[in-house]
Amino acid sequence: MDKECYCVTEAPIPVDQVICRVQARDTGAITTFIGTVREWTKGRRTLYLEYQAYIPMAVRMLKQIGDEIKERWPGTETAITHRIGRLEIGEAAVVIAVSSSHRKAAYDANAFAIERIKEMVPIWKKEHWEDGETWIGNQAGNIAYPDRQPFSKGS
Amino acid sequence: MIRVLLFAHLQESVGESMLEVRGDIQSVGTLKEWLAEHYPLPGIRQVMTAVNEAYATDETALQSGDTVAFIPPVSGG
Repeated sequence: MDKECYCVTEAPIPVDQVICRVQARDTGAITTFIGTVREWTKGRRTLYLEYQAYIPMAVRMLKQIGDEIKERWPGTETAITHRIGRLEIGEAAVVIAVSSSHRKAAYDANAFAIERIKEMVPIWKKEHWEDGETWIGNQAGNIAYPDRQPFSKGS
Repeated sequence: MIRVLLFAHLQESVGESMLEVRGDIQSVGTLKEWLAEHYPLPGIRQVMTAVNEAYATDETALQSGDTVAFIPPVSGG
């Protein structure tokens, strides 16, 4: 089950399938987060994105996030699929589904999952802007390193 | 032999996604020193490292057959 619940894929993400994986008879709520490719960021136009991953470790870290969620919110089920390769504007880069008996846990756990992905899952995004390209490089995913000196202390 | 995996801009700086390092490499720290001397990886000493798919420190011991991945700050999601 874990293998299917935590995936890194080059193909478009089948959102319905990710949701189906967390459905159980005692489920009363399923929250779904879909991270999509945005065209405009602070006035700068993105043409497309390119994601790269250290796939086996990324899958392992996604599973770890699922384990952390289960510990914090007992009774929840989590499924996460992250896409890599070239993504066009509007396409889904990540889909997270969390189920629980009652809605609050599903909402909270889902928000926790995306924050943890941005902190510790070895996946990198390259922005192909209208006027250049940049690997995005900090843990919140919003500071770039155009001079290719991306190493911050303690990271 | 230690297998070194490079990603994102590190991969582009070196022009390779994988390197094979032979020689007297005892820890992540000594591997970083060796790489900084032999490849255009000036910031490698500060980058996060994983040994056999688990996060490691500069003190983590290495042996032949290990896979060491350098993990620049991540930007998934």
